[in-house]
Amino acid sequence: MLKRVEKLTQAEEAMLAAAARVPASAGRDSAAGLLRERGLPTRRVEAWHYTDLRNLIKGFPGPVESESKPEVEAWLGSITAIVPSARLSFLNGRLVAEDAMPTGVTAKAASPATGFRDGPDMVGILNTMFATHGIEIAVADGAQVETPVELLHGMAGEGAAALRHSFRLGAGAKAVVLERHVSRNGLASHSNTVTDLEVGDGCELLWLFAQEEGEAATHLSQLNIRLGADAKLTLLLLNAGGTLVRREVDIVSSGENSELSIRGVNLIGGTSHIDVTTVLQHEVPGVTANELFRNVATERGHGVFQGQIRVAKEAQKTDARMACNTLLLSDEAEFSAKPELEIFADDVQCGHGATVTDIVDEHLFYLRARGIPEREARSMLVQAFVQEVFDDLEDEGMRDALDARIVTWLEHHG
Amino acid sequence: MLEIRNLHVRIEDEGTEIIRGLNLTVKDGEVAAIMGPNGSGKSTLSYALSGRDGYEVTEGEVLFNGVNILEMEADERAASGLFLAFQYPVEIPGVATMNFLKAAMNSQRKARGEAAYSTPDFIRKVREASGRLGISMEMLKRPLNVGFSGGEKKRAEILQMAMLEPKLCIMDETDSGLDIDALKVVSDGVNALRGPERSFIVITHYQRLLEHIVPDSVHVLYKGRIIQSGGKELAQHLEANGYADIIADAA
Repeated sequence: MLKRVEKLTQAEEAMLAAAARVPASAGRDSAAGLLRERGLPTRRVEAWHYTDLRNLIKGFPGPVESESKPEVEAWLGSITAIVPSARLSFLNGRLVAEDAMPTGVTAKAASPATGFRDGPDMVGILNTMFATHGIEIAVADGAQVETPVELLHGMAGEGAAALRHSFRLGAGAKAVVLERHVSRNGLASHSNTVTDLEVGDGCELLWLFAQEEGEAATHLSQLNIRLGADAKLTLLLLNAGGTLVRREVDIVSSGENSELSIRGVNLIGGTSHIDVTTVLQHEVPGVTANELFRNVATERGHGVFQGQIRVAKEAQKTDARMACNTLLLSDEAEFSAKPELEIFADDVQCGHGATVTDIVDEHLFYLRARGIPEREARSMLVQAFVQEVFDDLEDEGMRDALDARIVTWLEHHG
Repeated sequence: MLEIRNLHVRIEDEGTEIIRGLNLTVKDGEVAAIMGPNGSGKSTLSYALSGRDGYEVTEGEVLFNGVNILEMEADERAASGLFLAFQYPVEIPGVATMNFLKAAMNSQRKARGEAAYSTPDFIRKVREASGRLGISMEMLKRPLNVGFSGGEKKRAEILQMAMLEPKLCIMDETDSGLDIDALKVVSDGVNALRGPERSFIVITHYQRLLEHIVPDSVHVLYKGRIIQSGGKELAQHLEANGYADIIADAA
């Protein structure tokens, strides 16, 4: 059992005080009760071993002013597209602008059904305490949606905001979703976004998560997925901002023979702490999963990857692979990788590998011996290392846009 | 073209001196072969000349067209016209050969104050040069040297040399790992680049390569020093008799 905390931290007190002003519900009360009892998780909680939230969250700013001003709306509107999309814009936790949805897609603002998992699900607990808004999106059975649906989350104040979305993809549907997070630089904002995603049988979905918040932003988010039979899901992740980031992806494969690909790039610089935690739960036979992360940690950045794969006894013929490769570019940068496999079936293929390296001297010398100056040569090698992750993206526009973001980040942190 | 005077080089990590008072002059347009047994300092010489980190010059100077290059970084030496053809060209995943070539050419041009090649001009140049070496455009789209055969890697080196148009080419055991057909393609590529303005230092173990790339001078490197110099007949002598008598004479 988790131990009761004796004394709450300042941040925990502030969270509970803020939650008391949110309209009460049974879920909210029990979530707040859990926070009061256990406090924020520390490194002694296994799932938070490398992200000691209790120490890392020094304060909690209280809810951000939700009243929006033309100036900040203009800022959010000026955020450039990754690819042309139908955009739903959220500012400080409220829906402020919506494009017409493509045929087959419906979106409506909703008071969300919040909730959290058993165990130390602090992202879910905090979300349940604070989320009063969100969007419900449904893609009709069989709809082949060409235009990507974009959920653009912007934070523009020194405060906290939480959102809870639900997204349902009907059987046989095909769609592309861009989940983006930005914030105005220099603001100590605090965002929490949880999305419950149901991917129906035979669906084909590409879900891009791009987190490019400002250097003082705290970002907690979670994507909970139920994956149907014969579905094909590609998850792309790019973390290129934030001071404290925890991104959780929890996938339950509940239908046979689905194919899952997760590809992520984490760019960790400054003093930022970026944690990506994935849990793949294989409950049925024949699911293929392939997970690849490439990380660049520089300056005093600390990156974390926790990858859990659980294969239930029934989930025979599971084929799950996981790789996490990191380039450490400074002596003070740090990366922690923790693969965890729990396999109860006997006819499966599971593998994982983690590497941490510096730029290879031979590579650098080769480029320099051809006349490429050191700084440029290093940047070429770092780019090559991370861009490989998105190399086989079919949508060239999306690939180029992601590559460009990587290049920009490297220019600022090289 | 090149004048090496009393060069001493040690490998930083090991501390041992590998090149110990080497003198060598290479004239404009000259092809100078350097031969020597294993461990004589051949690769150390090529790395020291091209400016690899970890190869510390403790004494002497290297004048390249009158400029002491020892103070220059590797990329500056390359831009000034020095080219090292690697014994083992490294595989660099994720960097397309074509992009690398363009970056190399334009970096050198920029360093020399010349305008960058436009993409069409560059493509035209690559097409011509690669066609002569039997390199497909498909191969150039692949990551640099990744999965290339030994012969392909060496041809890619010669392609780079042809594109970059250096003044001095240092060829470090270019024949290693090549079958006779590949050796011929590579040698033809090198011979096509010979001219009164371009010099070569051809480092090799065997006389075989020198039948295809006929040198103007041959120098025997032993324990970090040139112990004998001569014409191309010196290479034939070495092939027939080995290094023993020359080493004995020098001792």
